[in-house]
Amino acid sequence: MSDALKIGIILPETMGAYGDRGNAVVLEQRLVRRGFAAEIVTVNVDDDLPSGLDFYLLGGSEDPAQTIAVEELRRFALQDAVNKGAVVLAVCAGFQVLGEWYEDPYGKRMDGLGLIDAKTRLSKDRFVGELVVDPSIEGVSQVLTGFENHRGVTQIGEDVKPLGKVLHGFGNAADEDEGFVDGAAVGNMFATYMHGPMLARNPEFADHLIRLATGVDELAPLEEGTISALRDERLTASGITQK
Amino acid sequence: MQVGLRGSLAKSAGRLASWASKKSGRGSGGVIGGRVALALDPNVLEKLSRDKRIVIVTGTNGKSTTTSMVREALKVADGVASNVLGDNMTGGVIAALIEQPDARYAALEVDELYVPEVARAVKPAGFVLLNLSRDQLDRVGTTSNVEARIREAVEENPQAFVVANCDDPLIASAAWDAPNVIWVAAGVTRSKDCVTFPRTDTPVVREGDDWYVPDSEYSRPTPQWWFEDEAIIAEGESHPLALALPGRANRANATQAVAAANELGVDIDAAIAQIEKITQVSGRYGRKNLNGRFARTILAKNPAGWQESLMMVRSSGEDESAIILAVNGRVGDGEDLSWLWDIDFTPINGRAITVSGERRADLAVRLEYAGIEFELVEKTEDALRGAPEGPVDVVANYTAAHDFNNWVAREFGEAK
Repeated sequence: MSDALKIGIILPETMGAYGDRGNAVVLEQRLVRRGFAAEIVTVNVDDDLPSGLDFYLLGGSEDPAQTIAVEELRRFALQDAVNKGAVVLAVCAGFQVLGEWYEDPYGKRMDGLGLIDAKTRLSKDRFVGELVVDPSIEGVSQVLTGFENHRGVTQIGEDVKPLGKVLHGFGNAADEDEGFVDGAAVGNMFATYMHGPMLARNPEFADHLIRLATGVDELAPLEEGTISALRDERLTASGITQK
Repeated sequence: MQVGLRGSLAKSAGRLASWASKKSGRGSGGVIGGRVALALDPNVLEKLSRDKRIVIVTGTNGKSTTTSMVREALKVADGVASNVLGDNMTGGVIAALIEQPDARYAALEVDELYVPEVARAVKPAGFVLLNLSRDQLDRVGTTSNVEARIREAVEENPQAFVVANCDDPLIASAAWDAPNVIWVAAGVTRSKDCVTFPRTDTPVVREGDDWYVPDSEYSRPTPQWWFEDEAIIAEGESHPLALALPGRANRANATQAVAAANELGVDIDAAIAQIEKITQVSGRYGRKNLNGRFARTILAKNPAGWQESLMMVRSSGEDESAIILAVNGRVGDGEDLSWLWDIDFTPINGRAITVSGERRADLAVRLEYAGIEFELVEKTEDALRGAPEGPVDVVANYTAAHDFNNWVAREFGEAK
């Protein structure tokens, strides 16, 4: 099994609120169906840290659990892993903890991991609903679709590239010159407010992550079944007509 | 009946919610009323059960049937509250007690995992422990896990008699220390299931109908009750039995039900006469004959509910049912269907599955990634029309179940 690509679900007990396991299943299946060996590795609080994960998946979180997660996450040398080519997908609270700081539910400023120049305040209102993003990542052309449910208003640094421009919904929900943006894309680290199993709706983006982790550019096409019908349905529900 | 102001308020609100839910056509009433009552008063279950003599029926197979039998048998004595519609978790139990506030007795079907919680609140007069098999158990890990829950409930309720199946080592283990056990030879259908005895973690040896655990004090208890083709044998006396319901399993269920009713003072032959009148178990999760499809709707609103429903669909019934999975994403359901990814669908892999509902595409993609084959049909009623004749299980979330049930009512009336 040592040669298998390892897809790490990081701290699902504290950061795995909404079907976050789905992203791991999507990556695993898209790898296995193309003949790669892949396995899902779940890392819980106090577990020994597996070395050499190829994907680190950070999920959503109930607010108080987020702080536990940050303490635990310090044990992961995430930056080193990324430098060695690992891919990080951080969703919702997972995004917030990668930043410089975020506010806890009481308004207290908590240190994040500082891997991305991003600062998160909490809004009084929740941002709930479909989120559609025009990606600003090279190699990904299809719009990204997902569901957001959060109170975070995340300001990314001027030099940080967002995951994309928000076409519907709120994303980072911070004032930008040209409307909202969502998430961040820093090297092999990708962050977004599209929570839960966002890769299930975005196969092109999933394959982009697979290319980065495997170094294989030419991926065999897969039978996509109902995915395009799902994308069409969700995009139509958001009033989006393109792609 | 002493319920106290808060409990009484909760009860009224619960009944009102049930009524409003039925009137508005939003739901079947039961669980919603139970939930409302529970939200208003966390101790409502305890209060509702205070003056009642309650029998809790649990086990993997035969819960609904046996609960119906206990209910019918107890009617000889007085009114009986009962949840025979398959709402066998806390909400359904509360709803059943609210429906019949003045009944002196209650026959409650309780999901294995909810037995300690419900028993703690209702302080039962007795337990009926049927059987435990692995089918139902892997949702919680190990066989010993469920046995431990039931044993916990038995130990916490020394006031309760226990009618226990001595042929099932897991049931025997759960009931072993109870002060008042009535051992019934009710048989087991799949003897391969239990290989280790939970109290010793060592193998069970079977010899014919007998079983024992080597190098321990544990062996098959001597039954006080058993059944033959046309009789129940109770404490050595034969009582004629001619059930309308077919099969060995139903005679086994009847024997355990009569033993429980008898423990509460009902005459054995009177109890048997009542049970013989049962021609169909209406509580068989409300199956209706819809042009040859024996359909039941199982409402499941969250991953835990779906997981339990899938396990139930997998292991219930003699014939494998066709399965329809229906999901909507309206406000009442939650518009975010991410939770579909928290469900393990492998228990129904290989079955005839149709996916329907307004958000069927979400579920379709989920199943595709799980490698599970299915048919995709827009409307649940069309999925039913396309199903083969025979049993059909419709697992649906809130408005999907509601829409389907409304269609059934329009097309077929209220016919059972």
